[in-house]
Amino acid sequence: MTPTYYLLLSALLFSLGAVGVLVRRNAIVVFMCVELMLNAVNLSLVTFARINGGLDGQVMAFFVMVVAAAEVVIGLAIIMAIFKTRRSASVDDSNLLKY
Amino acid sequence: MTEPVAASGIGSLAWLLLALPAFGAFVLLVGGRRTDKWGHLLGCATVIAAFGYGLALFFDVLGQGPDGRTTELHLFDWVPVNALDVEFGLRLDPLSLTFVLLITGVGSLIHVYSIGYMSHEAGRRKFFAYLNLFVAAMLLLVLGNGFVTLYFGWEGVGLASYLLIGWYQHKPEAASAAKKAFLMNRVGDLGLAIAIFILFKELGTTQYTEVFARVGELSSAEVLAVTLLLLLGACGKSGQFPLQAWLPDAMAGPTPVSALIHAATMVTAGVYLIARANPIYNLSEDGRLVVMIIGGVTLLIGCVIGCAYDDFKKVLAYSTVSQIGYMILAVGLGPIGYALGIMHLLTHGFFKAGLFLGAGSVMHGMNDEGNIRRMGGLAKKMPITFVTWTLGYLALIGFPFLSGYFSKDAIIAAAFSMEGWRGWVFGGVAALGAGLTAFYMTRLFALVFLGKPRYTGLRSEDGREYHPHESPLTMTIPMIVLAFGSVGAGWFFESNHNLAGWLTPSLGELQEGHGVLGHGTVNILVLALSALGAGLGFLLFLRGDQPVERPARVSFPVRAARNDLYGNALNEALFARPGTWLTRALVFVDNKGVDGLVNGSAALLGGSSGRLRRLQTGFVRSYALSMLLGAVFVLGALLMVRFS
Repeated sequence: MTPTYYLLLSALLFSLGAVGVLVRRNAIVVFMCVELMLNAVNLSLVTFARINGGLDGQVMAFFVMVVAAAEVVIGLAIIMAIFKTRRSASVDDSNLLKY
Repeated sequence: MTEPVAASGIGSLAWLLLALPAFGAFVLLVGGRRTDKWGHLLGCATVIAAFGYGLALFFDVLGQGPDGRTTELHLFDWVPVNALDVEFGLRLDPLSLTFVLLITGVGSLIHVYSIGYMSHEAGRRKFFAYLNLFVAAMLLLVLGNGFVTLYFGWEGVGLASYLLIGWYQHKPEAASAAKKAFLMNRVGDLGLAIAIFILFKELGTTQYTEVFARVGELSSAEVLAVTLLLLLGACGKSGQFPLQAWLPDAMAGPTPVSALIHAATMVTAGVYLIARANPIYNLSEDGRLVVMIIGGVTLLIGCVIGCAYDDFKKVLAYSTVSQIGYMILAVGLGPIGYALGIMHLLTHGFFKAGLFLGAGSVMHGMNDEGNIRRMGGLAKKMPITFVTWTLGYLALIGFPFLSGYFSKDAIIAAAFSMEGWRGWVFGGVAALGAGLTAFYMTRLFALVFLGKPRYTGLRSEDGREYHPHESPLTMTIPMIVLAFGSVGAGWFFESNHNLAGWLTPSLGELQEGHGVLGHGTVNILVLALSALGAGLGFLLFLRGDQPVERPARVSFPVRAARNDLYGNALNEALFARPGTWLTRALVFVDNKGVDGLVNGSAALLGGSSGRLRRLQTGFVRSYALSMLLGAVFVLGALLMVRFS
């Protein structure tokens, strides 16, 4: 099994995530798409580590997971807070911070 | 020039000369109203004490041989900065001691006079504080042993002069006269400062001893520059052409100030400066020629304008301008004239101070009226003033064997003793000036003291009738003392070359020239011219029908003289107007150019940021899109660099 497939899968997942972030309105879905992109990156990092035979990429993947976990905690908290006050989870509704 | 030695004995206390009046000024200024009762007494006491000490010092130095008469008293290192080592010290030599006696002597008399003259003034204590400040600064000017200490005193007397001219600050003309004096003095001070800079740059020192010892190291161009710049300083302080216009305006100050500062002492600082810097002037024939030209032009200007004015003090002020012109001419003559300039300065200090005090006494008795056309016949009303003023007047016009006869004639004779055209031109100008002096002083004398009273039935500005009366003793006694000086000082200085011999260690031997006219011929010529001027004056102004109002239709010369020979107009056309134009042009460039640039760039930034702001839509997804596009762009750029 060549590593190329893994990279292709990673690119596919990343694209799905990016498109999801851009087109979906529901904050939870956008959030899950972000996670999808992060994990796509994790996959490519691990693949590169495998190709190069080093551990750097795998260590980076762990870093990304830890950061993602922290991000989930804070992000979900923000989404909950917004939902409580505005009764909406649509990202387009929270548009007060502008010119 | 004799080398100075360190001062010892009584000379080591010479700092007292500066400290006493400075202490008086300090106490009176800091003490405030608490010192109102006895402030004037303290003011007089400090100056009289300084005079007493000065006398003691003078006799001590007189006891030394001519070689030991130049001493220096080192007080402290003032500015010890790398190459610039300015020492704060006093130079006690015949020249400075002569000035010390003049300043403290005449200063004491005028302090005493001021007690009476200023007795109705609420701020008399402050007046004495300023006078003390002036005396301290003037003593520093003449006693300092370097150009920087001289400059310190120079600015100090400028400040005191400004404060005292503007004494009646509620009067606009006094306030503007003070400003005018200060500004025109600045022009001269600039010259003095640049001269000091040049000396420091070329010689690395500003102390007299070292500068004069090494002045030969300067190139002739530098010597010329220094002489001309020092002359500019002298012109500013001494009211010489083209900076003469401030001095007559300075008469807006109280009369004792006019007598002390603007006749006897401060305005002669320019003469002192040139005489003190004689080793520099000796090296530059051209520099001295310019000095003589300035002196000659000024003495004629002063005489001519003095003939036309109707204000008592302004006539005397122009007379001062003209007499200082004589002194400047004398010191411009070089070794044949330095001591003569100083001699005329001293005799002038006596009789001009006396004349001013007499004028103050007359005005004091005449409701502060200064217009001589409203006077006349005051001789009987004010006998003491009349007699002392007459002696001063005779001394000024050079009546035989009074002070002015010896000092002024000596200058004219020295001018004629130059060779060639210089002798004729400068001697002729000086002799002509003597005739004009006799004329305008006679006019003043006749209009004020002789003839019929013209003040009867008139009222002064404050609505009172004129009741002329003699002044109190504190005012008349100084006038009497000064009258003695007017009579005897010239004879005393001249006999056995007393003064010239005494000044030799500072100014060098007084030399004699053998020029176009001999001393005897000049003497007769000047006497004849003076008699002619005085006779003409009596003829014209002793007639009974002197108009009280100033005649409006007059010939061109009189109109020109009344307008200060257009000196103010000249200054305005040459300096003030171009200055205004330059300012206007700069303001225009500032408003349109600089402000346009600044405001334009601000407007550009403001406008464009107002448009760029629209990018912040508030939609998270559009931000995400722009982030993605940015990442793609960066990635694309990286790849292009990598694979191209």
